[in-house]
Amino acid sequence: MHISPVLWQFLVKWLNASALFPREASTIAPYADALYFFLLLMTVVGVILVGALLFGFSVMYRKEKHPVATQIEGSTLLEATWTIIPLGIFLVVFVWGALLYFRIYNPPTNAMNIYVVGKQWMWKAEHPGGQHEINALHVPIGKPVQLTMISQDVFHSFSIPDFRVKREVIPGRYTTVWFQATEPGTYHIFCTQYCGTNHSQMIGEVTALSPEDYQKWTQESTSGMSLAQNGERLFASMGCNSCHSGSAAARGPNLAGVYGSKLQLAGGSEVLVNDAYLRDAILNPSQHVTAGYAPIMPTYQGQISEEGLIDLVEYVKTLQTNYRVQQTLTTSQSDQAAPTTPGMVKP
Amino acid sequence: MSATSTTILNLPDQSTATLPKKNYINNEHGLLSWLLTGDHKRIAILYLISITFFFFIGGAFAGLIRLELLTPQPDLVASDTYNKFFTMHGIIMIFLFLVPSVPATLGNFLIPIMLGAKDLAFPKINLLSWYLYMAGGTFTLAALVLGGVDTGWTFTTPLSTHYLNTHVITAATAIFIAGFSSIFTGLNFIVTIHRMRAPGMTWFRMPLFVWSNYAASILMVLGTPVLAIAIVLVALERTFGIGVFDPTKGGDPLLFQHLFWFYSHPAVYIMILPGMGVISEVISTFSRKRVFGYTAVAFSSVAIALFGFFVWEHHMFIMGVSNYSALVFSLLTMLVAVPSAIKIFNWAFTLQQGSITFETPMLYAFGFMGLFTIGGLTGVFLGSLGMDIHLTETYFIVAHFHFVMVGGMLMAFLAGIHFWWPKMTGRMYPESLSKLAAVITFIGFNLTFLPQFILGYLGMPRRYHAYPPEYQVLNVLSTAGATVLGVGYLLPMLYLAWSLKYGAIAGNNPWQATGLEWQIQSPPLTENFIEIPIVDHEAYDYEWLEHKTKHEVTTVG
Repeated sequence: MHISPVLWQFLVKWLNASALFPREASTIAPYADALYFFLLLMTVVGVILVGALLFGFSVMYRKEKHPVATQIEGSTLLEATWTIIPLGIFLVVFVWGALLYFRIYNPPTNAMNIYVVGKQWMWKAEHPGGQHEINALHVPIGKPVQLTMISQDVFHSFSIPDFRVKREVIPGRYTTVWFQATEPGTYHIFCTQYCGTNHSQMIGEVTALSPEDYQKWTQESTSGMSLAQNGERLFASMGCNSCHSGSAAARGPNLAGVYGSKLQLAGGSEVLVNDAYLRDAILNPSQHVTAGYAPIMPTYQGQISEEGLIDLVEYVKTLQTNYRVQQTLTTSQSDQAAPTTPGMVKP
Repeated sequence: MSATSTTILNLPDQSTATLPKKNYINNEHGLLSWLLTGDHKRIAILYLISITFFFFIGGAFAGLIRLELLTPQPDLVASDTYNKFFTMHGIIMIFLFLVPSVPATLGNFLIPIMLGAKDLAFPKINLLSWYLYMAGGTFTLAALVLGGVDTGWTFTTPLSTHYLNTHVITAATAIFIAGFSSIFTGLNFIVTIHRMRAPGMTWFRMPLFVWSNYAASILMVLGTPVLAIAIVLVALERTFGIGVFDPTKGGDPLLFQHLFWFYSHPAVYIMILPGMGVISEVISTFSRKRVFGYTAVAFSSVAIALFGFFVWEHHMFIMGVSNYSALVFSLLTMLVAVPSAIKIFNWAFTLQQGSITFETPMLYAFGFMGLFTIGGLTGVFLGSLGMDIHLTETYFIVAHFHFVMVGGMLMAFLAGIHFWWPKMTGRMYPESLSKLAAVITFIGFNLTFLPQFILGYLGMPRRYHAYPPEYQVLNVLSTAGATVLGVGYLLPMLYLAWSLKYGAIAGNNPWQATGLEWQIQSPPLTENFIEIPIVDHEAYDYEWLEHKTKHEVTTVG
């Protein structure tokens, strides 16, 4: 933006103090606000223009002053002007808005992942290190955080106004949103999609901490088991390992290395294995038979909670990448660090 | 020239000081003659009464909502009750007031007359439409009396299908039935406009009010069936669990959103387009000028109607739709904003070189233009992808669509009611009181909804029963504004009722307007025209009117 940074800071500080403007607490917020001010300017100019035309003509051509109207057919030139100029402005807004949209919804590759499950009427956050929170979310500042979210019942919508981010949380599908907090502090989390009786009570607080404080927090609130470890247990207790044993003679495909790969399906199509695919393959296995295997896997619909699915997906993830190392790093003080997978490659 | 004009405006009233002996109101007597009528004007009056009734019920809910939001605590009613309040407010105001208001009352009354026809193409279907509307209204009231419904007017699944024990099916039935009322009205208008025009009434001699209702009718006929399908699927899913919207059965919860908004976005234009038609008539009449760029205004209505069908996904930008489809729908949304801008400037330039007077309908029309400009431009915020993320589902949305619907549509409706009141009833409303009401409405409206834009950018979500205390000041302002607005709406109700008995006799053409409806007696005869007129002039031809008034001695009624 071509406004002097000093002036911008002053403007934002003044607006914050006047309580007519939300705090700017993420890296996205200044970008959103710049577009907002542009749109506000467009609106104010538009309204003043229309108002001035109405007022001006009303004064000049009121009946006492101008008793006989002059009939005018129209004017192609004038009409073209007020078609093309708004069109031009709206196209600028479109491009600007599209750039911002892609910035808000395309997470950087180094973002740390936190799962969020929405349910009537609470937000449950699941950190990879096993920390669980309800209606609260602790994040470090200065580090991109991606939320992978799903709803257990109805549509919810996860919104942090001070970060200028929001995303619908939908039953049966993962959606993601990311942000990078800039200022330590606590900010509202709202559910903005109407979700029944206690919709307005489905609010929480996101606490942005300095990296040191965040580390202290993860240490103090760990449950002892990472999500992947929970997943590993679940994997065993549901009997998944009897087919997905990893051996050549197994009835199910080897899951090592499957996350993030392209998988050939029985129908001949190819899919990218991501969180959403794994979740769906557990719930609707008959829809996703891997090429070369018999369609014998039973459905686990109704047997695993959304949290359980997250654990399983996290476990499958660890079977391939150095993801587990990353999460062990974020929760390095955890006394039950996850065992490393042999043959792991650093990206 | 100046002298001529003055004489025209001060022409002695030709209809003497009494109402015409014979007119559509006193043509037949008794309640049954109204309930079984095929006369489009009587059906319009039936609609006007019922719509007003529902408007005040919907308005009462709005008042209760604003009262609850006076304080941050959930202290007036329980949260379920509050949810039922905003659901009833939404359902009643949208399906029983905004959608039918201008087309079913003013459109019904005026379109045949403006075209020089004796009635609509299908008078009995027209009456059926009203009965369907009333049946829809009855089901809505039944849902209310039985204990209410709390889905929100958007009936979002799976909330509406699996998680609520309220009277969802009753309310869905209400909307389903009322939908058919709107389909039939649209159908009737389209056929009438195509087939019933008087000799010489070419497409480009039609008043712009007819054009805009024509465009809205296309939307009603093509869009409403999709709503009906969506509603039926909700009912089936709720009753039999068929699973189209249920992910655990392989259904897609987003499918409902697509179906619902495929109707409900065009529905916005169903609501606003007829209102725009009113504004064209009013601005032209009180500036005594042909509407600037008549053809552009006519075609912009059709353009809005066509583009209106291709923007529904802009209600779903944050719902995990593909980024690229979001791009397409954002672009189309920007394009649909252009015809609205064209209209605003055409109206403004209609005033140029005019001879402007400021009667009540004109004040409402000015109010419309100011508020609709704000409503339209704030829509651009929401069509812009990145901005939509922060603003959607907050009070910014609430403020935006109330500016378009209440600031725009309702202002246009009030402009229209005042403008054609003399034609409909034969009597004038009290001028200074009505001007006062217009001003109060304008002030009250801005005080109510401007703070909500700020609340929205601050992040206050919509449909919240309780809210964090820092939002209170703006909410108090909004509630105060709503009180003023309420007074602004009650006043016309009172003085219009008063004028039915005590209002001055209006005469045939109190505004010296050019439309065919002003060339017949007020109130009109049941058959509108004794002889079908032959139209030899354009819609806003004030020179023709001047000529006619000078050389003709009209004796009607």
